[in-house]
Amino acid sequence: MARQALVTGSTIDGFLVGEKLHAGGMATLWRVTRADIDIPIVMKVPMILDGDDATTIVGFEMEQMILPLLTGPHAPRCFAVGDFSAQPYIVMEYVQGESLLPLLDRMPIAVEDVREIGAKTAAALADLHRQHVIHLDVKPSNVMMRRETGEAVLIDYGLSRHEMLPDLLAEEFKLPMGTGPYISPEQVRGNRADPRSDIFSLGVLLYHLATGKRPFGYPRSKRALRKRLWRHPDPPRALAPEIPPWFQEIVLRCLESDPAKRYPTAAQLAFDLQNPDQVRVTIRGERTKRAGWLSGFRRWWRVSTADPEPVAPMAAHMTQAPIVMAAVDLSEGMEVLAETLREMVERLLRTLPGARLACVNVLRQNRIALNYPLDEQGRNIHVQRLVELKEWARPLGLIAEQTTFHVLEATDPAAALIDYARSNKVDQIVIGARASSTLRRYLGSVSSQVVAEAPCTVTVVRAPQMADATAEPEQASAG
Amino acid sequence: MLIAILADIHANREAFDACIAHASKHGAERFVLLGDLVGYGADPSYVVDKVARMREDGAVVVMGNHDAAVSGSLAGMNEYARAALEWTRNKLDVAQKSLLKELPYTHREGDALFVHSEASRPESWIYVTGPAEAERSLRAVDSLVTFCGHVHRPQLYNMAPLKPPSLFVPKGPVAAPLVPSRRWLAVMGAVGQPRDEIPSAAYAIYDDRKRTVAYHRAPYDIERAAQKIKNAGLPQLLAARLFIGR
Repeated sequence: MARQALVTGSTIDGFLVGEKLHAGGMATLWRVTRADIDIPIVMKVPMILDGDDATTIVGFEMEQMILPLLTGPHAPRCFAVGDFSAQPYIVMEYVQGESLLPLLDRMPIAVEDVREIGAKTAAALADLHRQHVIHLDVKPSNVMMRRETGEAVLIDYGLSRHEMLPDLLAEEFKLPMGTGPYISPEQVRGNRADPRSDIFSLGVLLYHLATGKRPFGYPRSKRALRKRLWRHPDPPRALAPEIPPWFQEIVLRCLESDPAKRYPTAAQLAFDLQNPDQVRVTIRGERTKRAGWLSGFRRWWRVSTADPEPVAPMAAHMTQAPIVMAAVDLSEGMEVLAETLREMVERLLRTLPGARLACVNVLRQNRIALNYPLDEQGRNIHVQRLVELKEWARPLGLIAEQTTFHVLEATDPAAALIDYARSNKVDQIVIGARASSTLRRYLGSVSSQVVAEAPCTVTVVRAPQMADATAEPEQASAG
Repeated sequence: MLIAILADIHANREAFDACIAHASKHGAERFVLLGDLVGYGADPSYVVDKVARMREDGAVVVMGNHDAAVSGSLAGMNEYARAALEWTRNKLDVAQKSLLKELPYTHREGDALFVHSEASRPESWIYVTGPAEAERSLRAVDSLVTFCGHVHRPQLYNMAPLKPPSLFVPKGPVAAPLVPSRRWLAVMGAVGQPRDEIPSAAYAIYDDRKRTVAYHRAPYDIERAAQKIKNAGLPQLLAARLFIGR
């Protein structure tokens, strides 16, 4: 291979090479510029010793295939890839911000900060999975936080897998690939097709940041790696009693050795990290000692005897576990509509056993007048609404982990609902529409505004019309 | 530039037109036809005439075994192919036959080689059914990517230096980057008679600047194509298989 020496001041395929930014074990980063690109960019060049470092080469090829296909704020934008016969490289956006690596020197990190990091990283993973890519090497050095927006960016796709592309790594290497402390049990067993592997690795990261200790240590042999297939980690609260049960619940659920017991999607994990007060704490969250030997033995037995399970395609996986939001109108006179809404939600959930349901009600605030937190009977209005919302959902017979309840206080109900859907990555909104009337057409309805502006699918439900029904006079509020 | 690559049209007018429309909608500016323009289907004359016009507009066409057999030997063909070719011979005029007869076996352009069956012995019509045949083809050429058809099932092989190739079955129209450190063999599905159990017409779009290939499917009016096969008195099986893609 004829290869030009890369030096500051040289030009490669139109890119002017600037200073060397970083020299790692696998690659070197150079700042580069090209006249037609007006954001800071870097060139990543693999370190190839004598051209026979197979994993490095294949990993770099994999990254060359995957990175150009990614879009959105959670992956560095890719501008060009270069040939191995001349000079292999990837030119990408220079992400301005810091990785999570420096945090390792300051551990343990406050739970609130870890929660926020986790929520952002899970949101980034959800976006990546939506694009058919599993990262498979989530660790502090591969997660960056954009300085301007605070969004998480996942970098280094050298071990990643794109569901719609040939997996060059699986074809050539039979050894488990990943980073020792973070690698998921199924990766240890050679499965590179499960997006929930990224949820496991993120769980390791959150555990480590919050406790200062790695849940599975730093294994260096395959035998040591296999331990995580059956051994439960110490509960975080055993190491740091101030860690709240909800946090432990989330982290230990991520660290389940059986992917089916973890969060089904990164979006659902992000949801819990964004709504810690809604996390239903089970024995998993309360525990302050490692689960007993019997449970460990059961896991060991299952793992030792089981064949690796086939994994459903990612798309199927994700559409089976959406976040559904029911926007419930609890006003008087809307009982039939609320019931119709519930029937629709029930129908939806029956086909989607992995779905999360967020029941949301808007407590409308007056724009100018003062709002009293108590009603005429002296009851707390907010709490009262919450009780009513739970009562509305009760006939659905859902398990608590599947359902959350939120009363939003807002002057503009539609905007509040849309905002909620956006920040919680809701996949589908189910909302009722009040009967049409001249006044409603004139003022505009909440449901039509939600339909127009929501970032996701919206299903509008109408109460069945009675034969002799006439549109009732209405107030302009809610709906 | 985006180049639409169509293989094994097999005189299926509806599938051919559907692919051209689909590809144009997806931005294809040029067409490469990888042979087997005729055989099996009921519209050989229409397809050959259309191909002749496309050639005038810059399309590249290479020869398939059915095209060769129109004026040549039917040896090695199964009974259905034979019956269809005998029928086809009577439907084409001298000019149409000479177009088929004079097609080249291969066409090389930039990083890409185009051939009907495979590249090691294009005139032998070898089927690429696994890594062994893929390797023989890949070792015979120095182009980054070889495009072929002939087996009627989409496949994408990649081969790293000093390693045997590995197979990937394309799963959707994602533009797969053909990383230049490897050699690639992109086997097209069939336009006119898919056999991968997906009845829609198969073709691909190659971006010769970005060096990516995306495998597409174009739904078409199968009922109509099948009815014409029946009406023409061609073997019924040739109509029936279109519905199930086998």
